[in-house]
Amino acid sequence: MKDISVQQLKEHAKELRKTALTMIYEAQSGHPGGAFSSAEITAALYYGEMKIDPKNPKWADRDRFILSKGHACPIQYAALGLLGYFDEHYLHELRKEGSILQGHPDMKKCPGIDISTGSLGQGLSCGVGMALAGKRDGKDYRVFVIIGDGELDEGEIWEAIMAGNAWKLDNLVIFLDNNGLQLDGTTDQVIPHLDVCKKLEAFGYEVYDIDGNDMQQVVDTLNKINASTSGKPKFVNARTVKGKGVSYMENQLAWHGMAPNKEQYEQAMQELERGF
Amino acid sequence: MLSKKLIATRDGFGDEIVELGKENKDIYVVDVDIGKSCKTGKFAHELPQQHVNVGIAEQNGAGVAAGLATCGKIPFVVTYAVFGSLRMGEQIRQEICYPNLNVKIACSHGGLTPANDGASHQGIEDMGVLRSIPNMRVVMPADYYAARALVREAAKIYGPVYLRFTRDAIPVIYDENQKFEIGKAVTLRDGKDAAIIANGDTVRLGIEAAEFLATQGINVRLLDMHTVKPLDVEAVQKCIDECNGRIVVVEDHNIMNGLGSAVCEVVAEAGRGQVKRIGIQDQFGQSAPYESLLAMNGITVKNIVESVKALIK
Repeated sequence: MKDISVQQLKEHAKELRKTALTMIYEAQSGHPGGAFSSAEITAALYYGEMKIDPKNPKWADRDRFILSKGHACPIQYAALGLLGYFDEHYLHELRKEGSILQGHPDMKKCPGIDISTGSLGQGLSCGVGMALAGKRDGKDYRVFVIIGDGELDEGEIWEAIMAGNAWKLDNLVIFLDNNGLQLDGTTDQVIPHLDVCKKLEAFGYEVYDIDGNDMQQVVDTLNKINASTSGKPKFVNARTVKGKGVSYMENQLAWHGMAPNKEQYEQAMQELERGF
Repeated sequence: MLSKKLIATRDGFGDEIVELGKENKDIYVVDVDIGKSCKTGKFAHELPQQHVNVGIAEQNGAGVAAGLATCGKIPFVVTYAVFGSLRMGEQIRQEICYPNLNVKIACSHGGLTPANDGASHQGIEDMGVLRSIPNMRVVMPADYYAARALVREAAKIYGPVYLRFTRDAIPVIYDENQKFEIGKAVTLRDGKDAAIIANGDTVRLGIEAAEFLATQGINVRLLDMHTVKPLDVEAVQKCIDECNGRIVVVEDHNIMNGLGSAVCEVVAEAGRGQVKRIGIQDQFGQSAPYESLLAMNGITVKNIVESVKALIK
């Protein structure tokens, strides 16, 4: 980790949430629930952990960030915009015609997107390919992939998980944004995933089980990962809350893909400012 | 006259990819546990640092290739046509074509050529599916040498290319000096009475048909339209203008959405000319001898000859 305090990272997470919410409010379209559940992970990676250069987004030795659950992209766009990957005025153009900020991440349009995502279950495979390329080329970059818990329904996720073990990709870190909700209900109602930690251990991963909205735990985990010598790929079961930070959105399925009205927006911004 | 030498075009791929891999360390092969069948064994053995096998996991294979491509590699995902178009179809769309990454999909078992394997392994709709995806190019070489040359051409150009090879052996048509360019038809024979446009394993049928027609005083133009997309529109327009607009298209692919359809699109928009499509009659194959399967669909020299004559009447 860089020299940055947990408190500072929490402030960044707050800024990411407020920026993402404003984007969704202005667009009157987008997915706040899954964006908010992954805010601490996104902030910790972009502001504390990753070796990146916003002025040189294609830098060959950079760490990679893949948002496999691409619909949560406003949180990543917020980080990219605030870090200077593109001019901040673009943050007001989410889902607008001709915008670099598409409804789902487009690597050809938006600087800092390492792979286009949006169709669930596919980003992790791309991350595995990037991690493999890094190994083969003798580079020391890492690949961080955020997957949604609903994505565990997809067979391709498990194909990619097996490849990560097969090729001993210790430069691969998977964060499961485990907020327990997917579009049609809870993950237990739709397709139970049972004990994902045991599963990933059995698949050959170094596994961490944390509260993914607790910045201290996210930071501690990244430090442990950095110190690890297991040679295994890493898996973090980040237990999170969908819509985290806004009282009326938390754990509410309806806020998977809905934009707030003016009143809701103002209330949410106040709550986010107060923090949790 | 057709050579008596028979070689499957998958062998052309297997031989050329090794040469390419030796010349360029960024050339990768992504196998899906059918490398031996798709002729990547030599590549895997000689260039292990450029080879990876994802197992029987085509979707992951396509995604891994996309990830490799973002890091400057030129991956060839190698499988059978039916899996390389349909099983990994959406991954090709989302992670390869949409971001326009430099990934090649190289598939054996195109059309009816895995004859004995039956319908499950006969990729008959692959080129139609893939030519519908923006940024994708679709190519089927007509023989061993065409396969080698077009694999090399595919590696040279940036962006997604789908290459389709035969499982079964087919006659050698060209030699190693023949030049190929993706998107440009090869004129195998010139004539003005009508045109035969074929690709892949049906080019050899076109050659036989054209030779037979010549003995009867009918001189046809024969095009090897190895690239279905981007189609050589100019070559088709010349057939309209110079061959009385009489065109017979032959392909080892479903009659819908393949080469025949692509040619019809040009002819229809030109508002002149007439096309007879010869191809798989929108039906699944079965385990049977290769030539029988072709005959069941009218993909025969006799039918090509009769179709040309019918257009000329």
